[in-house]
Amino acid sequence: MLEIRNLHVVVEGKEILRGIDLSIGPGEVHALMGPNGSGKSTLSNVLVGRPGYEVTQGEVRYRGRDLLEMKPEERAREGVFLAFQYPVEIPGVSNAYFLRASLNAMRKHRGEEEIDAVDFLGLIKEKMKLLDIDMSLLNRSLNEGFSGGEKKRNEILQMLLLDPMLAVLDETDSGLDIDALRIVANGVGTLRSERHAVLVITHYQRLLNYLVPDFTHVLIEGRIARSGDRALAQELEQRGYGWLEAEQAQGSA
Amino acid sequence: MTAGPAESAFLEHFAALEAGLPGHGLPWLEDLRREASASFRELGIPTTRLEDWRFTPLTTLAKTPFQPAQGAREISPAAIESHTRVIGSAPRVVFVNGAHVPALSSVGELPPGVCISSLASALAREPERIEPHLSRCADHKTRAFTALNTALASDGLFLELAPGAVLAEPLHVLFVQTGEDPPIAAHLRNLVVAGPGSRALLVEHYIGSAQGVYLTNAVTEIIAGRDSRLEHIKLQQESENAYHIAGLSARQEAGSQITSHSLSLGGRLMRFDIQIMLGGEHAHCTLNGLYLARSTQHVDHHTTIDHAMPHTTSRELYKGILDGSAKGVFHGRIHVRPDAQKTNAHQSNRNLLLSESAAINSKPQLEIYADDVRCTHGAAIGRLDEDALFYLRTRGIDLEAARSLLTFAFASDVTGLLPIEPLRESMESFVRDWLSGGQGTR
Ligand SMILES: Nc1ncnc2c1ncn2[C@@H]1O[C@H](COP(=O)(O)OP(=O)(O)OP(=O)(O)O)[C@@H](O)[C@H]1O
Ligand SMILES: [Mg+2]
Repeated sequence: MLEIRNLHVVVEGKEILRGIDLSIGPGEVHALMGPNGSGKSTLSNVLVGRPGYEVTQGEVRYRGRDLLEMKPEERAREGVFLAFQYPVEIPGVSNAYFLRASLNAMRKHRGEEEIDAVDFLGLIKEKMKLLDIDMSLLNRSLNEGFSGGEKKRNEILQMLLLDPMLAVLDETDSGLDIDALRIVANGVGTLRSERHAVLVITHYQRLLNYLVPDFTHVLIEGRIARSGDRALAQELEQRGYGWLEAEQAQGSA
Repeated sequence: MTAGPAESAFLEHFAALEAGLPGHGLPWLEDLRREASASFRELGIPTTRLEDWRFTPLTTLAKTPFQPAQGAREISPAAIESHTRVIGSAPRVVFVNGAHVPALSSVGELPPGVCISSLASALAREPERIEPHLSRCADHKTRAFTALNTALASDGLFLELAPGAVLAEPLHVLFVQTGEDPPIAAHLRNLVVAGPGSRALLVEHYIGSAQGVYLTNAVTEIIAGRDSRLEHIKLQQESENAYHIAGLSARQEAGSQITSHSLSLGGRLMRFDIQIMLGGEHAHCTLNGLYLARSTQHVDHHTTIDHAMPHTTSRELYKGILDGSAKGVFHGRIHVRPDAQKTNAHQSNRNLLLSESAAINSKPQLEIYADDVRCTHGAAIGRLDEDALFYLRTRGIDLEAARSLLTFAFASDVTGLLPIEPLRESMESFVRDWLSGGQGTR
């Protein structure tokens, strides 16, 4: 589904990603871990097309197409979704209005009819219940004044609503309480199928206990230092990143 | 300097129209008009050499030899239906080309103590109710257009509220210009006298034929008695070739509250001067404003809040959206007099520029002569938030739709405060339509 080959990315004149290779197939869940500042969010932002991130080498193919050629909105409509590490607050745009506009943009792209306000309300309420989100968040401005956990749940709400092919979750577990973590993991779990693929960026094993990855990758200084299965995530939890950093330093020396 | 075509035309109008103006023959009114016409003769049409007009050149206006408005032209109720509908079946007073049209107006049964009429008929019937108030707030001595208005006003609204009177329904005052050729000037004068403890909601609404060239020169005076509560909405939807020059002058007594909403949506050149005198303790005013301008439109707001007494408060929020080569001016003056301790004033002016060539000149001016006060102000000029745009796009919303969503959100802070629901909805859809390049739903 997603093929990343030798991806180099420069942000503000600094090379952040220094040759990433990663392939994700349908039905797979991949975990991406790595120290602060190693480039995890940079990778996720590049995948959804954030302006100002310059790809200097390499390519990304998504379902047979050149992903980097596509505009952010096209990527979204073709099924790429990022749950942001830091969702932006947008004063004056009601959450409900935004969610419906977003869903309708997707439906239009698929040649379906727009959903009317009543049907939409039914649909969104059902999903909000599933994620245990307070209904009052619907009428508030998008993310404005939402607590950290509410923002994260709202991201997952969007994911469930839009039903993406490839979902990237950037530290969605940070800032969630223990119950919320389970609820969110269950929510993401509903995406787990032959069609969907998930890339989970996290610092902790906790989420991965619920959402067991098929593969784990460790990003260090803009490169994937090691890939393995779920056991690698557990090993990292115990040993930290120091040993991998040392290995990488040796390798590049 | 010799007078330009507009100025000469106005000077001729003084003599030519005098005998036909409402209340002709009332000595106090004739004195007032003579004084005002002498002021205008002296002041002339303002030029950019004046500090208050530095950024608003009236060159084209000054070259236009406006004709006097020749009274109402017949228009059908259907022609104004889309505008009256949004206010509902409330009392309505309609003026066409400066003249009252009773056939289009309907005041119906009014609550006790509420008097609604045209200024001209009030001057004919009971001039003694007008005399103590007319031109006591508005300054016809130093302001050229107010002088012109005071000398030449053909008609306007007279609203009088007895002590404790409550007009719960909105009063819709609609000024229509049909856009005659050659261009005409309508000078409109509104007077609101609100007795102690009274309440009312007033919509002052200006519309014009789509292409018409004309001048609307309007002055509204409000005398807000002790503990009165007035809400004033001004909707400016003039034709795209029109000049709209307006003033709102209010004097507030102790404990009174005025909330003003100004939506400036049309016109080729518009200038709105608001002057509020907080003349009694615990008087409060709220000024909300939204202006939209694009192509070569010019929109200028000058507001002055005079905190003359202790414990007076004011809140001001003006927002502007400018596109194309539109120019905006916002000048917000807050004056706190030496005795006005415990004044609390907050002013904010935020502008969104949607194009490279749109520009705004925003200037707060705080003159504080008391020491125990709280005054804050903020001005911002910006473009749409790139992070917000990107976020929306990652959810499948295309760039253009994302832009209009954010711009609409920017405006909705002000439109959301409109107290009449159908009007609020209509203004919101106007803004949406405007953003997508339309004329706005008229
Ligand atoms: N817009 C930017 N301007 C300058 N530097 C940037 C920018 N965006 C990212 N960086 C830098 O790129 C590096 C990688 O950042 P990134 O956010 O991808 O890290 P991360 O792996 O997600 O870290 P964390 O675990 O803390 O979320 C950091 O050093 C960061 O400071
Ligand atoms: Mg990150």
